[in-house]
Amino acid sequence: MMVQSRNLRYRVWMARIFMILFLCLIIFPFLMIISVSFRSGNFATGDLIPSNPSLEHWYLAFGIPWENADGSFTQPPFPVLLWLWNSIKVAFISTVLILLLSTTGAYAFARLRFRFKESMLTAMMILQMFPAVLALVAIYSLFDQIGGYVPWLGLDSLGSVTVAYLGGLALHIWLIKGYFETIDQSLEEAAAIDGATPWQAFRFVLLPLSTPILAVVFILAFISSIAEYPVASVLLQSMDNLTLAVGSRQYLNPQNYLWGDFAAAAVLSGLPISLIFLLCQRWIVGGLTSGGVKG
Amino acid sequence: MEAVQKVQSPMTWLAWGLVGLIDLILLYGVTLMYAQEEIAFALTILLIVCTGTWVFISNKGYNYRYVFPALLGVSIFIVFPLIYTVNVAFTNYSSSHLLPLERVKKHHLNKTYKTEGESYNFKVYQQGDDYRLLFISNKETNKHLISSPFNELSIPAPLKADFSPDLPDGKELPFRDTIKLRQTLKKLIVQLPDNSELSLTSLRKFGPMSKLYRDIGHDTLEDVRSGHLLKPDYATGFYIEVSEGQPISAGKQMGPGFVIYNGWSNFVRVLKDPGIQGPFLQIFTWTLIFAGLSVFFTLVIGLLMACLVQWEPLKGNGAYRLLLILPYAVPAFISILIFRGLFNQNFGEINMLLNLLFGAQPEWFSNEFLAKTMVVLVNTWLGYPYMMILSIGLLKSIPDDLYEASAIDGASPVQNFLSITLPMIIKPLTPLLIASFAFNFNNLVLIALLTDGAPNIIGATTPAGATDILVSYTFRIAFGQYGQDYGLASAIATFIFIMVGVIAWVNLKATKRVLE
Repeated sequence: MMVQSRNLRYRVWMARIFMILFLCLIIFPFLMIISVSFRSGNFATGDLIPSNPSLEHWYLAFGIPWENADGSFTQPPFPVLLWLWNSIKVAFISTVLILLLSTTGAYAFARLRFRFKESMLTAMMILQMFPAVLALVAIYSLFDQIGGYVPWLGLDSLGSVTVAYLGGLALHIWLIKGYFETIDQSLEEAAAIDGATPWQAFRFVLLPLSTPILAVVFILAFISSIAEYPVASVLLQSMDNLTLAVGSRQYLNPQNYLWGDFAAAAVLSGLPISLIFLLCQRWIVGGLTSGGVKG
Repeated sequence: MEAVQKVQSPMTWLAWGLVGLIDLILLYGVTLMYAQEEIAFALTILLIVCTGTWVFISNKGYNYRYVFPALLGVSIFIVFPLIYTVNVAFTNYSSSHLLPLERVKKHHLNKTYKTEGESYNFKVYQQGDDYRLLFISNKETNKHLISSPFNELSIPAPLKADFSPDLPDGKELPFRDTIKLRQTLKKLIVQLPDNSELSLTSLRKFGPMSKLYRDIGHDTLEDVRSGHLLKPDYATGFYIEVSEGQPISAGKQMGPGFVIYNGWSNFVRVLKDPGIQGPFLQIFTWTLIFAGLSVFFTLVIGLLMACLVQWEPLKGNGAYRLLLILPYAVPAFISILIFRGLFNQNFGEINMLLNLLFGAQPEWFSNEFLAKTMVVLVNTWLGYPYMMILSIGLLKSIPDDLYEASAIDGASPVQNFLSITLPMIIKPLTPLLIASFAFNFNNLVLIALLTDGAPNIIGATTPAGATDILVSYTFRIAFGQYGQDYGLASAIATFIFIMVGVIAWVNLKATKRVLE
């Protein structure tokens, strides 16, 4: 018994050391980027803790011109806050629309009976494996055409990106449907006996019981819209219309390499999104595993 | 819950009104499209309007009301683009063949040339939002030739001009503002009292112009001056200029090209053209290796970390878990760009560190093997938290008494893992692994932001790189800086569809097995 417990203690220490080394490796990029954001200049290399810290990059990230030592001013290279705002607008509106369409759709698939239901579900399951990346030429062309009639949905408009993100519906319908199926149907049946229409049963009985999954879908859809790159990079062109995901790339252009400015902008814009994720991670994790296992 | 009684409540009327309003707006759109000869588009929308109206008005369609909007979204933004892409794969649609034949013909028919006759200097007079032109004639000096009013939004065609004894009302625009107005001025066709027509010939002059081409039927155009013919060549998608009697093969191509269906030629190019076939096969192999390695490494590390975090004796696992999830919490596009900077050969912190420790400065972006290693490394960093999260969920579902039983038998942790943990989780994990493989198969964001394909493959006709995967290769063909070839890109995309379809089918089978 003695031998075994010493063996165990030895193992625990090994595991702990391994874990800490691994975490150092994982955290390294984040520590580095924070350090870089406080260095002066875009090319200086230095230690983990900058020797002469400067707020230069942070001023520029917030859109405030920075006064150099020689009295000249450096103008902010890119409108980061505007990009962040664009991203939030697009993500918020598209997420609300996705939530609206996918809850009603999931309700029908979970509770109502109609023809072709099973085949529609299988089709959705297969379709969600085809990401929008594969059909960018068609999406580009589609919005080019639509723009001829509705300018705010045409190319280089935030409207087009918002609408294009609705393609991510199929996955969320499956997630919500899985959750609806875990809720006992008898409550709605009781409501129906009392004369509630299916809409009323859905709106006043089922929906209030499903807030957890709605929150999960909201967060998942919101974060995936904010982080979406391919569609936005094809549809958006002018500097003021870019989303953060498309715009950030401009910092590391080989012809105009702004490593320090990028660092500050990355921390500034990455922090709120990461915080939202970490605060909600328990729900997200639950949603991912349950949705995942159910398919 | 199926039958619904028809209740004529105010809500019903409101719903009908709403449906009617939306229908009206959409029908107006349909008419517009029909007028612009977009028949297919107009018909599709008309079909959607009819089905939508039926679903929302009829009682039989009640249950479909809930799915209709979602299905519509899925059809427009997933199904339609897929079908359209396959369609484009059979055309020569590219940056040199952007427009349909009709539009190219119109483009040629709009070309003008300067004919004999008097040219006029002009001045622009502004009154409110309206402009008038004053033409300065060399012959008639005592009368003023003045156009009727026009503005940027409404341009009468033709714009009449007449003689008047007085100067126009309003103020004369300075030349600088006239230049600003030139887009509008270019569109003007001014009709003089003698019925001759003028258009803008230079920034300061209006002169008599005539159409260069006239339509002589069968989409053939005739050059009014030389009598040469412009014939559409349906094999190459260009108008060809030939003189009378000359065969079409001897003529000169006139841009812009138009879109034609060119059958399987894009697919043939992928299979036969050495500048495409070689890179394509190389990229395809790498895509499979990349996706496979990514799934393998993320799974191994994710599972290992999940086991460690779940292990009772390891205290403080809540904090470990939070830190381990961090790479998943930060938006991927930010992390990938951070790595792009850290791995930079000259200014990157990783090379600085390696230089300090080992005196080495690896060329992460120009050496093929190192670039591929970097891509897999970064992707493992990005992807293991997802595998860890899934594994933690699955590990929790394994009953504890299994481990207790094996502890009595004196099993080692490795034996435990191989004979209890792995067999218990592999079945529910399989569909998730397949989905992860499919995700990485199409992981455009990683490649586009990290390496953009670098280093380049030498001898490729289209831009192609050693770290390119099929989607990023397609993306560069379609939207790269050097000539966009949508047709070829779509042909490769069609190939990817088939691959993804197979993966999806396998996944469906695996999921069904889990549910049984």
